[in-house]
Amino acid sequence: MSVEQSPGKATAKPGAAPAQSPAQEPAQLKKAVKPLGLDFGAAWEYAPAPETADHVKLEARYELFIGGKWQAPSSKKYFDTVSPSTEEKLAEVADADATDVDNAVKAARVAYEKYWSKLRPIDRGKYVYRISRAIQEKARELAIVESMDGGKPIKESRDFDVPTAAAHFFYYAGWADKLQYAFAGRNPRALGVAGQVIPWNFPLLMAAWKLAPALATGNTCVLKPAETTPLTALLLAKIIEECDLPPGVVNVITGAGATGAALVGHADVDKVAFTGSTDVGKRIQKAIAGSKKKLTLELGGKAANIVFADAPLDQAIEGIIGGIFFNQGHVCCAGSRLLVEEAVFDVVIRKLKDRMSTLRLGDPLDKNTDIGAINSKMQLDKIRSLVASGESEGAERFTPDCAIPARGYWFAPTLFTGVSQSHRIAREEIFGPVLSVLSFRTPEEAVEKANNTMYGLSAGIWTDKGSKSFWVAQRLRAGVVWANTYNKFDPSSPFGGYKESGFGREGGRQGLLAYLEVD
Amino acid sequence: MAKKKDEVGQAAESGGASNPAGGPAGSPENGATNGHSNGVNVGERVPVRKAYKLYLGGAFVRSESGRYTQVAEGPGLSGKENVSRASRKDGRDAVKVAQAAWEGWSGRSAFNRGQILYRLGEMMEARKVELIASLEAGGQSRADAERETHASIDRAIAYAGWCDKYQSLFASLNPVAGPHFNFTTPESMGVVAIAAPARPALLGLLGTILPVIASGNTCVVLASEADPRTAIVFAETLATSDLPGGVVNILTGQVKEVLPHLAKHMEVAALDLHELPPDLRKSVEEAATINVKRVRSRDLGVADWFDAAAAESPRWIERFVEMKTIWHPAGQ
Repeated sequence: MSVEQSPGKATAKPGAAPAQSPAQEPAQLKKAVKPLGLDFGAAWEYAPAPETADHVKLEARYELFIGGKWQAPSSKKYFDTVSPSTEEKLAEVADADATDVDNAVKAARVAYEKYWSKLRPIDRGKYVYRISRAIQEKARELAIVESMDGGKPIKESRDFDVPTAAAHFFYYAGWADKLQYAFAGRNPRALGVAGQVIPWNFPLLMAAWKLAPALATGNTCVLKPAETTPLTALLLAKIIEECDLPPGVVNVITGAGATGAALVGHADVDKVAFTGSTDVGKRIQKAIAGSKKKLTLELGGKAANIVFADAPLDQAIEGIIGGIFFNQGHVCCAGSRLLVEEAVFDVVIRKLKDRMSTLRLGDPLDKNTDIGAINSKMQLDKIRSLVASGESEGAERFTPDCAIPARGYWFAPTLFTGVSQSHRIAREEIFGPVLSVLSFRTPEEAVEKANNTMYGLSAGIWTDKGSKSFWVAQRLRAGVVWANTYNKFDPSSPFGGYKESGFGREGGRQGLLAYLEVD
Repeated sequence: MAKKKDEVGQAAESGGASNPAGGPAGSPENGATNGHSNGVNVGERVPVRKAYKLYLGGAFVRSESGRYTQVAEGPGLSGKENVSRASRKDGRDAVKVAQAAWEGWSGRSAFNRGQILYRLGEMMEARKVELIASLEAGGQSRADAERETHASIDRAIAYAGWCDKYQSLFASLNPVAGPHFNFTTPESMGVVAIAAPARPALLGLLGTILPVIASGNTCVVLASEADPRTAIVFAETLATSDLPGGVVNILTGQVKEVLPHLAKHMEVAALDLHELPPDLRKSVEEAATINVKRVRSRDLGVADWFDAAAAESPRWIERFVEMKTIWHPAGQ
């Protein structure tokens, strides 16, 4: 990395009047600080370091896990799940219809009444602990399948998705016998049957976020994984089977939107939990309007990542890169709108471009890979169309030279400057490795721009000044605020949105409330 | 105002002896006692009547629609009093002022919000004769009106105390597995639209408003249709309690006419619904999806509102807060 020169001008204080010759200054700056391109030649070539997948044996076909048994779908229909990095079929999975949904909900109801609500809370917790331990024992297999089915780099599935999923079960297992302390004097009680619909970006982790608190609080579950990434949820069902949970306590049914709609609309479901797009979230909220069902929604985002001039810039660059390119940007809380204080705008952009040029895109199973495959053809098309809109609306695009594999779905890391707040790339969730950069002059302007969105899931702040950091954090309308860090997650830390990013929290003591009735 | 209060009080006293249920007191022939039902008694003072207007942005205004509904002046009294009937446009105006008031109200210290709600309790205590008289005029017996008013004042005091305490109960310091300081705190949501219960008209109104504003939300309330006048008499205590204008906005009129528009208003963050007919509740909840409103519905019986332990639980505050989690690295 080159040694960074600070801009050679007296940095204007936030809120101060613009410098006297603002029009000429950027040009002078560019001359004074000559951009040093990174050129490592062949020194940064990496030998492939693929994770071996030999010992992972996928079945050719997966049935539905209902009432503790693997059952063929009533429709007899199956669909393929493919690897987005090779476009090869990995397995076929059952397509559950309304009859299967009904069977699964019935099994969950029976399990709730017969077993799960009758168990001693500590025993309920012990089953959930078992799941956590079994995930740890099968961590390698789960990570490999997660990367094969979803396209994410193995270093992420191995170091983040799978361990965090195990940690989530472990954390909530311990709450099972302590609920009366979590809500002292408020008589916490389970809701009954939970219908849970999860997305394709963190397939196993989202299953953990849904199942762990629901089970610990005494509910039984019907889980529907996303149609492009069903495999780790099915492996999790296998783990749950091996853990000897009472039959029907967890049911996993695969399928597409129609299956999910049948599940959330089922009359005997007491609780609906959904993670996914704001669009679908609104449809679910509408579908259950007027019913007694409890609902939590974890929806889209368009997070602002705010960099002040006094930020520790090198750490900020790493945080920005991780904030947007983690999991190919398929992250609801991705820092997709970068707001940079004008005084450091040029230097931040140059550093970002340098850093982006070092990102390695390719085989998700290669341990060196930073950016894996886009999850599906459909998602790739959506990213392409939004990026095209960015170009046609006049923003300036930067994409580093980046070899794209011949097969599979890929999108190179991309950055837009010259973005205005009205551009689609500044308003809509792209859910891909695309960063839109805007600038600001004062903390007030940064807050106003950050909040100028229908979303409110997360935000980032980079500054070395503690009081400013808290001042901004208090004013951001977002459920999770990362100050001098980004994209950190922990089972003990509540996660969830403001505004159209949904409601309810996952994680922490607050996450229990999504699955409890309290006085 | 004082004169009118006396009148209602007298009427109630004269009627109350023979009719403790607070039903129609007296007959047209007793015009001599209430002074103005029949004919004019030359020489007796003519009382001043009051217009019951909407409470909007800290001011009392008539509906922009010019419409009104009428309520009886009191049990057994033939006089009619006019209460504004809010329109959809009044609803929009109310949201606008509530939205404008939110930043200031939520930005005040919790201690200050507590003081203002306590001040509300003081104002209600001072004006309780009027509140009791209004409830009585709205159909309650004297004893019930007194009981409800006293419970309402106590509720204001209970929530005044909650303003700077619920945070400690809802917040958490989260033991994340890494070198980070991580905590979660509650924040207000914004503008909450409330459909207050029909009965108890005053206690139900307090019971819906107080938990919403204690945490810094502002609100637009559709008052009880069974006794809209009491809501406006109560608004007079709000107006004198140092509560900034716009924090509480009270509309009288028809819930089914105005609520659907509040439900689809993009500046309304949440709905607090009471006793809606199933059809209306469903359509309102559907409309609320436009901006993913937080919708809370509860149907409590009258007795539930008088159960102080249940009605003053922090759970009612918890329904209208967002939890914000903040991460910061701990390092050198």
